Amino acid sequence: MHALANPARFLRYARPATAWLLLVGGALAIAGMTAGLTLTPPDYLQGDTVRILYIHVPSAWLGMAGWLGIAAASVSQIVWRHPLAAIAGRSVAPAGATFAAICLITGSIWGRPTWGTFWEWDGRLTSMLILFFMYLGYIALASAERERGGEGRVTAIYGLVGAINLPIIHYSVLWWRTLHQGESIGITGSTIDKSILWPLPLTMIGFTCLFAAATLMRMRAELAEAKVEARLRRMGRE
Amino acid sequence: MNPWPFVIAAYGVAIALTLALLLWSFASMRRAEAAADTLKRQ
Repeated sequence: MHALANPARFLRYARPATAWLLLVGGALAIAGMTAGLTLTPPDYLQGDTVRILYIHVPSAWLGMAGWLGIAAASVSQIVWRHPLAAIAGRSVAPAGATFAAICLITGSIWGRPTWGTFWEWDGRLTSMLILFFMYLGYIALASAERERGGEGRVTAIYGLVGAINLPIIHYSVLWWRTLHQGESIGITGSTIDKSILWPLPLTMIGFTCLFAAATLMRMRAELAEAKVEARLRRMGRE
Repeated sequence: MNPWPFVIAAYGVAIALTLALLLWSFASMRRAEAAADTLKRQ
């Protein structure tokens, strides 16, 4: 991690990694979604609606993992002052916000035939909606701080404090039992039958690769913009 | 209730938003790197 904090070294790895992540991520996501729509049996209770699982679970994971990435970048920026940390945090945010939005929308669509409603103010749904708004706040704050020429420390503190919401999202189904089901996929196992579960790792890995590719592309864009700004400043001085 | 309109809508939203994110990220990267290259050649 420390070695990659050098922008030139980072770009040497990021350029080929972007293409590979797009290729592998696209292939796995398409394979997983196709298998989930055509090869798995319908659930005994939910019927074909269960197929939304293959996009909803990866988007929920990535919505939360995105903020975990922001929190890690914030620590790197505050403690070690890594030159890439602020750029990494700003680059993760749009992808995290997008997947949090996908999670909310697909969950809402799944809720209508399953629960009889598109929305309910239960613990999981509300804490996920808060996460989405926190992403928007982070993007706005980072952009404002960058325009003012700040180091991004206020944004980093906001990113770190915002991580408090992650355990709340995770444990919300245990703390407040309302409409959203309890944990069905854990580290040690799952309550979902294998015949339904098997395409999920494909979409999980596939969308994670696409998330990483989008983040790398944003980082490359920010580094190039910084290079242009620095060169223009230098030319103005000459 | 027929579940397929819901399933198709959910997949449509997920694919559309993921593609929009990737295309926006790619376009902004290409634009910024092209501007940096042009300036470097000057």
